[in-house]
Parts: sequence; structure tokens; C-alpha cells
Amino acid sequence: MRGLERRIIYLLIALSVIIPFLFKIKTKVEISPPVMSAYNTIESLKEGTPVLISIDYDPASMPELQPMLLAILRHCVKKKLKIILMAHWPLGVPLGQEAIEKIAKEYGLKYGEDYVNLGYRPGGAGVIISMGREIRDIFDCDFKGTPVDSLPLMRNVHNYDDIGVVIGLEAGSVGDWWAQNLGPRFGAKLILGSTAVVTPDLYPYLASGQCQGLIGGLRGAAEYENLVGHPSVATIGMIPQSAAHALIIIFIIIGNIIYILQRRRK
Amino acid sequence: MMETLGVWLAAGFTLCIFSFLYKDNPFYKLAEHIYVGASAAYMVIFVWSFDVKPMLIDRFIVNGKVNWSLLFPAFFSALMLCRFIPRIAWLSRWAIAFTVGIGAGIGFTMGLHGYILPQLKATMVPLVNVNNIIIVIGVLSVLMYFYFSIEHKGPVKYVSRLGRIFIMIAFGASFGYTVMARISLLIGRIHFLLSDWLRIIK
Repeated sequence: MRGLERRIIYLLIALSVIIPFLFKIKTKVEISPPVMSAYNTIESLKEGTPVLISIDYDPASMPELQPMLLAILRHCVKKKLKIILMAHWPLGVPLGQEAIEKIAKEYGLKYGEDYVNLGYRPGGAGVIISMGREIRDIFDCDFKGTPVDSLPLMRNVHNYDDIGVVIGLEAGSVGDWWAQNLGPRFGAKLILGSTAVVTPDLYPYLASGQCQGLIGGLRGAAEYENLVGHPSVATIGMIPQSAAHALIIIFIIIGNIIYILQRRRK
Repeated sequence: MMETLGVWLAAGFTLCIFSFLYKDNPFYKLAEHIYVGASAAYMVIFVWSFDVKPMLIDRFIVNGKVNWSLLFPAFFSALMLCRFIPRIAWLSRWAIAFTVGIGAGIGFTMGLHGYILPQLKATMVPLVNVNNIIIVIGVLSVLMYFYFSIEHKGPVKYVSRLGRIFIMIAFGASFGYTVMARISLLIGRIHFLLSDWLRIIK
């Protein structure tokens, strides 16, 4: 009987996600201050300013972070910023490339002039610190092996002083490394986007001013999509998310009522 | 054609994994074993393609010029492999000591300069609004909860209890975010099944 109950819960959760998708119910997404702050930081950059986007996740975190990356890329392109991609996670390289190629096709961007993908380097915090001195010490070529100096976009980009803002999209602890090094050591601006699991750990950096904006989970991605004026996958996912959350709250209430009743009977 | 095959494979494996929610079965086991095997193979390719080849082998001789300094990491890497030979396994400790030393050095400066000091500064706020008052009370009461040099009785007991409530709220917020993350992953998979595979939604 207990096993059956468990399966009913799984079925109801699945239905709470599937049904809103099928009926295409739309919702209004309210913008939270941390996401607004992230948006305003990018909005304040001048045309042509390079931004560094670090893709620190793999396919397991794609549902949350890929829509976020696409929304941020759209914003950067609309602001005519120069995009530099890199990754602390090796599988972030193809995910970043897939996203930028999609955006490049939509807006007609040119590789090497409007965007570059530096690829992955092992080393974590060491990479971040070394890049503050000279990016070429770590990335002397892009992900295809093209020398960085032959890419027009990179000619005048040497360290964080030449970059408007660093945007870290995080599924692990790399966000901590960015926040603990970028502001305190180099005085550079940082925006963090993260999976919902990681987000609570990053809030202290927002409060201390070590990052200028924080985009948390699918909800944060939906907010950013709406700010950019291009509601997409994350926004579509908001009603299934709300429905599943409501169902979980109902389960918690029912579970507690049953627990109290059983304790009284004993 | 290849894209369609990829979508069908991904959908099939997703359903195989989901089938575990009903009960353990051969389809789940098949998907699980393929996943474990593919991950192990991927790790081998990953270490070779992203670390060893581009960072060590390809850079050893560039334009006819030998980079002798790379012998140093190559030597330490080789020492790591000594772990597989019990008689000289102790040699691997040199490489581990090097890694631990670098990690500790970076971690110490990062932790002190990048975490403790900025967070201390962010806690020393003027008590002029409710948020700041909550921050200061929260930090002090949680610190008191973890202060074990005096017995928690009298006023200290109430302050440490308040600290425990703050910790519980933090755990609750963290758990709430975790639930949101897991549901987001489910949404991602179901969106894939309904759009890319079944093409019911756009």
C-alpha cells in the first residue's frame, strides 16, 4: 500500500508538469531585485565593451542554465557588446558554442569580431587568478586552436581591466571562486547565474557587493527572458513549476495532518 | 537522420530511467549501465583531450623549440601513477603534496581575502533598518549557537535557541531551492519529450 502511494505521488507530480504544458497556460513573471540588478549592470555597459561569460555547467544543468545563457546572450547582442566565452567545465564548451551559434545565426554575428570561444582550461581558481594578470597566460588560443592574437576581438583584451563584466553561469563551486577573487583581488564586476541548488550559497556575495547581480534557477532565467523581451523555454516552464510546487505544499500539509492524527490515536 | 536518431535514443533512455519510479526493472538497469560505461569512457577521453594532449604533449615542442619546464609536471604526473605499484606507491605522495600545497595556498588567500573579510564587512552594518537588524542578530545568535566554551543556560540558552531558528530558516530556504531545482530538471525532460520527441508542443 505504501509503495502504491509513492507511485501516485510521482504520477500526480508528472501530471502537474505535463498538463500546463499541453494547455499552454501563460503567466506573468515578476522581476526580482537581484535579477534586475544583473540586467542593469549589463545595460549600463557601453557599446563594444567585451563581456566574459564562463560556462561552468554540463548537460545535467541545461534545463536551468541554457535558457539563462540564451537570454543573457540576446541582451549582450542587443547592447552590441563583444562576447568572450570560456569554461571551467569541459562540457561547457560545446554548450556555450551551441548557444552562441544559435544567437549568431539569428543576429548575423561574426566569429572573431563579435564573439569568441576560448574553450576550457583546467585549474579552477588558479585560472581565474592568472587571467587577472594576462588572459594569454592561460588561453593563448581559442577552442579550435586559433591563436588569440589573430582574433580581432581579443587584440586589446588582456585582463579583467579590459572586460566590462564577467558573467559566471554556475552549477557547482566555481561561482565561489569567481566571487572570492574577482571583486576583492581585481576590482572587477561580476554577475552570477546559477542552478537553484547553488543559489542560496551565492546570496552572501550579493549582500557584500562581491557580485552585482544574481540570476537563480529556472525562475531567474524566466525573469531575464522577460526583461530582454524574448519569453522562451524558461517562461513556459513557470506554470508547470508553480503547479508542481503547489502540489508539493499540499502533500506537505496532508502529510503533517496524517502525522498529527496518527500521533493522537497512539 | 542522425538528429532524429539522437532524439529517439535520448527519449528512450529518459523513459528507461523514469521507469524506476514504478519499480526496478531491466530497462532501467540497461540505461544505468550504459550511463556508467559512457561516463567512464568520457572521463578517459576528457583527461586526454582537454588536459594531457593540449596542455602537455602539444606544447612540449612548439616551432622546433623545446619547452623543458613541462618535464616538471610530466614527472609529477608520472609519480601519481606509482600508486598502482605497491612497492613504490609512496612516491605518489610527492605529487599529492604539491597539489595540496597549491590548493591550500590559493584556498587560504581566497578564503581570508575573498570570503571572511568581505563577509565581516557586510555584517558590520548600521542598525537603521529591519534588514540590517535581522542580519546582525542572526549572525550573533548563530555564532552563539556554535560557541561551546560556556554552558548554554540562562540568557545564552535563549540566544543560541534563536540561532538555531535562524539556521533552520536557512536550511528551509536551501531545501526550497533544491525542490525548485529538481522540478526544473523534470520540466526540462518533459519539455524535451513533448517538443523534440513527440512534437506535441512547440
